[in-house]
Amino acid sequence: MSARETILKTITANKPSLTELPAIDLVEVIQYNDLLQQYKTVLQSIGGGTVELQDINSLKEELQTKKANGDFVLNRIASLGDVEESIAHLTAPDLAAVDTAYVEGTIAVAENGAIWLYESQMGNRLLPFICQHLVIVIEKKNIVATMHHAYQQIESAKDGFGVFLAGPSKTADIEQSLVIGAHGARSLIVYII
Amino acid sequence: MSKSSLSHAEAAEQFIKDEPRTDWHDETLWFVRQKRDKAAHGLPEWEQLREWASQIKNHTLSNLDNYLLEFEANANANGVTIHWAPDAADHNRIIFDLIQKNNIQKIVKSKSMLTEECGLNEFLHAKGVETIDTDLGERIVQLRYEAPSHIVLPAIHLKKQDVSDTFHEHLNTEKGNNDPQYLTEAARQHLREKFIESELAITGVNFAVAETGGFVVCTNEGNADMGAHAAKIHIACMGFEKMIPKAEHLSVFLRLLARSATGQPITTYSSHFNKPREGQEMHIVIVDNGRSRQLGRADFRNSLKCIRCAACFNTCPVYRRSGGYSYHTAVAGPIGSILNPNIDMRANADLPFASTLCGSCSNVCPVKIDIHDQLWKWRQVLVEEGYVDASKKVGLKGMAFVLARPGLYRFAGKAGRAVMRLFPWLLNNKLNPWYKQREMPAPPKQSFRDWYIKNKQQ
Repeated sequence: MSARETILKTITANKPSLTELPAIDLVEVIQYNDLLQQYKTVLQSIGGGTVELQDINSLKEELQTKKANGDFVLNRIASLGDVEESIAHLTAPDLAAVDTAYVEGTIAVAENGAIWLYESQMGNRLLPFICQHLVIVIEKKNIVATMHHAYQQIESAKDGFGVFLAGPSKTADIEQSLVIGAHGARSLIVYII
Repeated sequence: MSKSSLSHAEAAEQFIKDEPRTDWHDETLWFVRQKRDKAAHGLPEWEQLREWASQIKNHTLSNLDNYLLEFEANANANGVTIHWAPDAADHNRIIFDLIQKNNIQKIVKSKSMLTEECGLNEFLHAKGVETIDTDLGERIVQLRYEAPSHIVLPAIHLKKQDVSDTFHEHLNTEKGNNDPQYLTEAARQHLREKFIESELAITGVNFAVAETGGFVVCTNEGNADMGAHAAKIHIACMGFEKMIPKAEHLSVFLRLLARSATGQPITTYSSHFNKPREGQEMHIVIVDNGRSRQLGRADFRNSLKCIRCAACFNTCPVYRRSGGYSYHTAVAGPIGSILNPNIDMRANADLPFASTLCGSCSNVCPVKIDIHDQLWKWRQVLVEEGYVDASKKVGLKGMAFVLARPGLYRFAGKAGRAVMRLFPWLLNNKLNPWYKQREMPAPPKQSFRDWYIKNKQQ
């Protein structure tokens, strides 16, 4: 018998009798009066920054200024101007010097500050992790209360990769002292339109 | 790595010799436990979430063979290769074969307690293959030739000056600079190089989703992603109990995991791996290593629901004051004490006794594992199977004999109180293990029974 068959047969022989899956009723789940305020408060508490924008022009200008200063920026958001389309093939050495990446988010979660990013939005899986600074743009109407609501609205296996990203990279592995900027982005600013 | 051959009590005795450090360890983990409470109390549905998580895991275990088949079929369709490892040796061999076949030199690994359980680093080292651990805490202990002492906080037994000394020696940081910010930045630069040049990345798996064939890996640092997205081969290692039925169930577990572990509302990155990127190879090693045997033990199968949050470590009065190494296994703490006797009953027979059975572990467990009940049940199994010291057995038998005879019990109580009053040195000496590190209490003048009879009559 192969290893696979042995393991599966033992599990079949040893598993308990079938029990039911629970029904997850969202009536039981926390609600927030002001999703935007809740989202901002939580994201700030985990080290992220938030900026509310009436329109995207000021962010467009910021991006242009960075480019003009010679910063290595990668833009993945069409409404901010030219999009770097074919970056999927770029490797770690290519992306290691990226200063700021601009990525559009799908859904933001008020209870924990997380934002869902599809691989198609990143353009390259490594980008939101290897960049020094990350900027994400979300629409206010796409803020939901909890993870239950978020999974109803995304298709987590649609792309080859996807991530719930909440705040900048961090660690507390040295004497429980919180340090922002472990291996991933050193900062996260979320622009809410 | 420094896996101790001492028993829990012997190793704990070493740990508590440094009293200020023991106090720091105790207080720091209690602080993490308090952060967990704050996060849990922030959600009115917390108890309902635990119940859902528990039921989802119970259901999954009751249909596990079918979910594993569904997962395998979907992962294969996604272009992922599945490997099955009956034990630790097979797990290590499968990974070594992939390394050899692809002529790999540079390997990075993010946190995976399964690879610790299987002794992967030591195995590869003996074959001449070096693996770089990339979680900051794990890198610190790796540079010190130590093992993680906690599954979520691997270097919690160390102080910043220890880290500073280690980094000065290996990463050329300034001697005596103990600033965590400075030390973390040094590790960031050091490990960025490793990520960028790595050819193969090994990660763990937090949840594997049968419905999609995908899996989720959670980190705060981003090290699993930096490794997996940079390397041309990604190997993810999982015990088969990581399975859950559907993607929507991730919502329940991701809400519980980080809140239970550190009090955060969610980890910074909850990465959903479905398919290899273009030109990349993705492998999943599904490991048994005793889990199917545990599934067959009705009293203990519940332990397979564990999501490795370590809430039971942080709350445990024994773990906090004895340290991770006293458990001499990859997964320490209360949950380790009910998992490890299954893997090796003789070597881990001491662990179920390293508990006060206070039940705090069961109360904080996000998937409602009856940890303290299982600790108690393991004690009985271990005594029955003959894995307990003769002296402990005689003591327990003697106690059982006395407790079963109320007259004798009352006499022994009276005699004991008299002895403690008249001849305190009989107990307050080195031969009595209960006298170590503590004073014996002043003996009461009367038993509760005597007091009750007297006061009832008044």
